Amino acid sequence: MNTRILLNEFEYFEPKTVSDAIALLAKNRGKAKLIAGGTDLLVEMKNGKIKPKCLVSIMKISNLNYIVTDKNKTRIGAGTTFQEIEESKLIRDRYPSFIEAVRSMGTAQVRCMATLSGNICNASPAAEAPVALLSLSAKVKISGIRGDRVVPLEEFFVGPGKTALLPDELLTEVQIPSPPKMAGCAFLKISRVVADVSKVNAAAMIERAGDKLKSCKIALGAVSPTPIRAKKAEEILKGKKFDEETIKAAARVASEEIKPITDIRSTAEYRKEVSRVLVEKVLRRAWERAGG
Amino acid sequence: MLVKSNDLLLNVIRDDLGLMGTKYGCGTGECGACTVLVDEKPVLSCLTLAVTVDKKNITTIEGIGANGDLHPLQQAFVDTGAVQCGYCTPGMILSAKALLDRNPNPTEDEIKCAIKGNLCRCTGYVKIIESIQLAAKRMRGGK
Repeated sequence: MNTRILLNEFEYFEPKTVSDAIALLAKNRGKAKLIAGGTDLLVEMKNGKIKPKCLVSIMKISNLNYIVTDKNKTRIGAGTTFQEIEESKLIRDRYPSFIEAVRSMGTAQVRCMATLSGNICNASPAAEAPVALLSLSAKVKISGIRGDRVVPLEEFFVGPGKTALLPDELLTEVQIPSPPKMAGCAFLKISRVVADVSKVNAAAMIERAGDKLKSCKIALGAVSPTPIRAKKAEEILKGKKFDEETIKAAARVASEEIKPITDIRSTAEYRKEVSRVLVEKVLRRAWERAGG
Repeated sequence: MLVKSNDLLLNVIRDDLGLMGTKYGCGTGECGACTVLVDEKPVLSCLTLAVTVDKKNITTIEGIGANGDLHPLQQAFVDTGAVQCGYCTPGMILSAKALLDRNPNPTEDEIKCAIKGNLCRCTGYVKIIESIQLAAKRMRGGK
């Protein structure tokens, strides 16, 4: 494996519009790959895992780099890098758990190059940002030959490295609903060293009503074939009073909903144990941040 | 200059432009030895297609001094003894420069975060962090 040079030869396109990008994907069906920051794709090409004959960059598509809020949601364009998200006061104020996930991902250099959309479409089961976004009920907007569609993020991941995108489609926008009034969210990650793929990561979003959890969303990463929501644990907490016993019970249920594997970073047993602890921690922190 | 679609910025810098300060380390984006600044932002040149930097400002380690003098970061690394084999140093200094240019008074945690993507096998990072703090202090006008 030679990582010093890129052995593959390919045609490279920088379409200026989404429709041009779609046309290129359709014309080069089966041999084209979309490229954003390239931090995942180029590594896979260097180690021979994929050999696309054609790369279609999204980075010169006009008006795809934005973070805006309108009415009841925040919209992030596919061309937006993690560094731009990290620097956004709008995102920092509204979605602290998402910022925590973004900061824990990669390194300063990677975050300057990589896009949120690329990270989501790479569909690593261990990715951080998707886990925070799942707990925040995010959706993704997809554009293709058949037109546009909006899909909840949890329906977007279909397997390790696999998404619901059809061959001629690209993800153009991530949408995050505005946080409810009395809400708090948190994200935590465990890894071997600071700049490493997650062993386990978890996020929680709590909507508080007095001393009760009006609703709760819990998501986990690196413990299943895709980032997942711990829905059974969420059911246990809905409408309940926030106390240690309830939190511990919910966290135990969450650690039983997951399907962790043993790999070079961690064992299935460790992941089961630590996911239980992380879920407790993010629940407590989200509750605190909700003013509880 | 003309580049092929599969030319990497790292190799254009070293082989076509003859600037050897930027180093090849891992080639997969994990060591940071290939770090350069593109439009003032730190990026990994081993994972950058050369075609994508058309019309952008690229700064390598050779470009940060002024009037023949070392940049304060370079001087601080020398003064503190933060250079052993020197291989990580260009990338390390460019990551530090990107930090100090937007945050002239970083905390130790902020420094560690900024250099998280630059691995050093020699020093244990202590003197590297000290020299970045020293450079920041000097750049702010302190002694």
